[in-house]
Amino acid sequence: MAEREKLIEIKDLQITFGHGKKKFVAVDHVNFDIYKGETFSLVGESGSGKTTIGRAITRINPTSSGEILFKGQRINGKISKELDKEVIKKCQMIFQDPMASLNERAKVDYIVSEGLINHHLYKDDAEREEKVQRALREVGLLPEFASRFPHEFSGGQRQRIGIARALVMEPEFIVADEPISALDVSIRAQVLNLLNRLKNSRGLTYLFIAHDLSVVRFISDRIAVISKGRIVELAEAEELFLNPLHPYTKALLSAVPMPDPEMEKKKKLLVYDPSVHDYSVDKPVWEEIKEGHFVYGNQRELEEYRKEIK
Amino acid sequence: MAQKEVILSAKDVEIQFSLRGKKLNAIRKCSLDLYKGETLAIVGESGSGKSVFTKSFVGMLDANGSITGGEIIFDGNDISKYKTEREWLKIRGKRIAMVMQDPMTSLNPLKKVGKQIRESIELHQGLKGEEAKKAALEMLEKVGIPNPEKRYNQYPHEFSGGMRQRVVIAIAVACRPDILICDEPTTALDVTIQAQILDLIRHLQEELKMTVIYITHDLGVVANVADRVAVMYAGQIVEYGMVDEIFYNAWHPYTWALLSALPQLGVKGQELPTIEGTPPNLFNEIKGDAFAPRNKQALAIDFVKEPPFFKVSETHQAKTWYLDPRAPKIEQPPAVRMLREQMRERG
Ligand SMILES: Nc1ncnc2c1ncn2[C@@H]1O[C@H](COP(=O)(O)OP(=O)(O)O)[C@@H](O)[C@H]1O
Ligand SMILES: Nc1ncnc2c1ncn2[C@@H]1O[C@H](COP(=O)(O)OP(=O)(O)O)[C@@H](O)[C@H]1O
Ligand SMILES: [Mg+2]
Ligand SMILES: [Mg+2]
Repeated sequence: MAEREKLIEIKDLQITFGHGKKKFVAVDHVNFDIYKGETFSLVGESGSGKTTIGRAITRINPTSSGEILFKGQRINGKISKELDKEVIKKCQMIFQDPMASLNERAKVDYIVSEGLINHHLYKDDAEREEKVQRALREVGLLPEFASRFPHEFSGGQRQRIGIARALVMEPEFIVADEPISALDVSIRAQVLNLLNRLKNSRGLTYLFIAHDLSVVRFISDRIAVISKGRIVELAEAEELFLNPLHPYTKALLSAVPMPDPEMEKKKKLLVYDPSVHDYSVDKPVWEEIKEGHFVYGNQRELEEYRKEIK
Repeated sequence: MAQKEVILSAKDVEIQFSLRGKKLNAIRKCSLDLYKGETLAIVGESGSGKSVFTKSFVGMLDANGSITGGEIIFDGNDISKYKTEREWLKIRGKRIAMVMQDPMTSLNPLKKVGKQIRESIELHQGLKGEEAKKAALEMLEKVGIPNPEKRYNQYPHEFSGGMRQRVVIAIAVACRPDILICDEPTTALDVTIQAQILDLIRHLQEELKMTVIYITHDLGVVANVADRVAVMYAGQIVEYGMVDEIFYNAWHPYTWALLSALPQLGVKGQELPTIEGTPPNLFNEIKGDAFAPRNKQALAIDFVKEPPFFKVSETHQAKTWYLDPRAPKIEQPPAVRMLREQMRERG
């Protein structure tokens, strides 16, 4: 593969909450890069640490060890004021629940421009308004919506407001944290199309967080599977569906509801049992088992995985 | 096909809500025959009337709503005419039970889980004391809750979302209902948990020979649980058929749109087909086919005259002019054709 520019690099990241006896390691030994212009998906069940990673990249959550690089510069821990400002602008986040993530008492105009206001990113009010209107148009909302309140909108429209709010900052990188999980199926397609269109028109890069592998196949270039704070497998989207190796990936895949009754009725649900791994002597490693396909396992498991690859 | 026994029959049901002096027509002459022992999925986007329609089977409409037309025959009685709680209490929970999307709405946060199940058993099965407790423990076990003895004495907040939904199912099923209505019970859950709950509902349905109505907006889930499917739009069922008929040979443009919008069927690098616009305003009278304004291939007649049901097979009907012999030839969309071809290739 040709040299691709790495926009985000995550090296041996650990994130903990609490102190002393109450200390809890939410994310550990996480390593991955996100290339410029790709959609990189992070998939795993609730509580596996997906949001925590997204929030660490956007500097909302502090990290306890490891490094996060943005365009080659470290952005976690103590950094300069200018770099902090740049990260806030360039790395934006979209949230799962459009209802909860919007301030119900503020007008759309304020909601969308909040980031601009907080960081003084406009010359005068005219410029700010123009930026808001442009962002609203880009997400398929009418500019006059600016003077309305969130409760006047449907779930799909609220999610568009959430996207406009991120776009107005002119980001290069967006963490989309389960942006369609709370939406009706009919609206999911619209939001996915919108995200794809913006990716092309704005040259955006996404970290797309989901708990459902089925959605992710369609939009992702690469997918990482996370379980209990640890990435267990990472590959290009099609490769992951062709050659799922880690038992957790297989369990997630088996749970995906496929809109095909014959397939669904034949399918066997796999439940992941972490006790299948015996790491007492033979220690696990993060191994590139095939070009671009990484999996977490010990030597004996890797041996088995190699035999399975189609 | 052998003659199937109809357990519940809704005919031309109309339900209205009054809101600030205006009437909202939530259910517009909706008919459904439910067969004994089947799992019927009702699918449609938010607001299509899935919850309202099925809540009317248990007398749980909001106070501003009422059944204004049609009949619902269950066990020889027209339950749509029931007026008093006393009448409903013979049906609700006992004969027809409901599991809702948010388990917390059906659980009492201040009461131990075991006690809540036991109360349902005492009320409906007439068991008492130790016997009722034993039955409650068995129920916890049956719905796949590990350590039933310990869990019995815990409060709802000590359970994860998926486990809580299992408790709600245990309470609903404890009274051995003839019909279990599951209203989007997995929408708020992880896919892995969702798959397990679907498995559980299937097993309970088989074991207890229940009839299940499963409500969802996700056709992926429908393929998993349903024997038969009813597609709902703007307060009406617009297509119904056996699950294979709906997935491999759907005919209503709304069913097509729902299927085509699934990311699972999307082609990478191409836009997903979307359903533009919004469902019609139910305060207004709807003329013609309610879906026509959102259907890019609507026929002229769709805007003028409401279509009747046309028969596709003995078990499959769709309410669309596309099936009228006089209609121009219209092809099913790529998603439907692809699903059918894949099914044929598998043989
Ligand atoms: N602010 C916090 N304080 C303590 N624990 C937290 C905090 N945020 C997240 N966690 C814990 O970290 C783990 C990962 O959470 P999260 O990243 O939200 O998971 P996901 O997004 O994959 O559902 C969970 O066990 C969660 O309870
Ligand atoms: N108490 C109520 N008052 C007024 N309108 C209601 C009430 N309950 C439901 N509706 C309306 O009835 C229609 C059907 O709602 P519902 O059955 O909840 O849809 P679904 O379950 O398919 O999402 C919607 O337009 C909804 O707004
Ligand atoms: Mg999260
Ligand atoms: Mg509903």
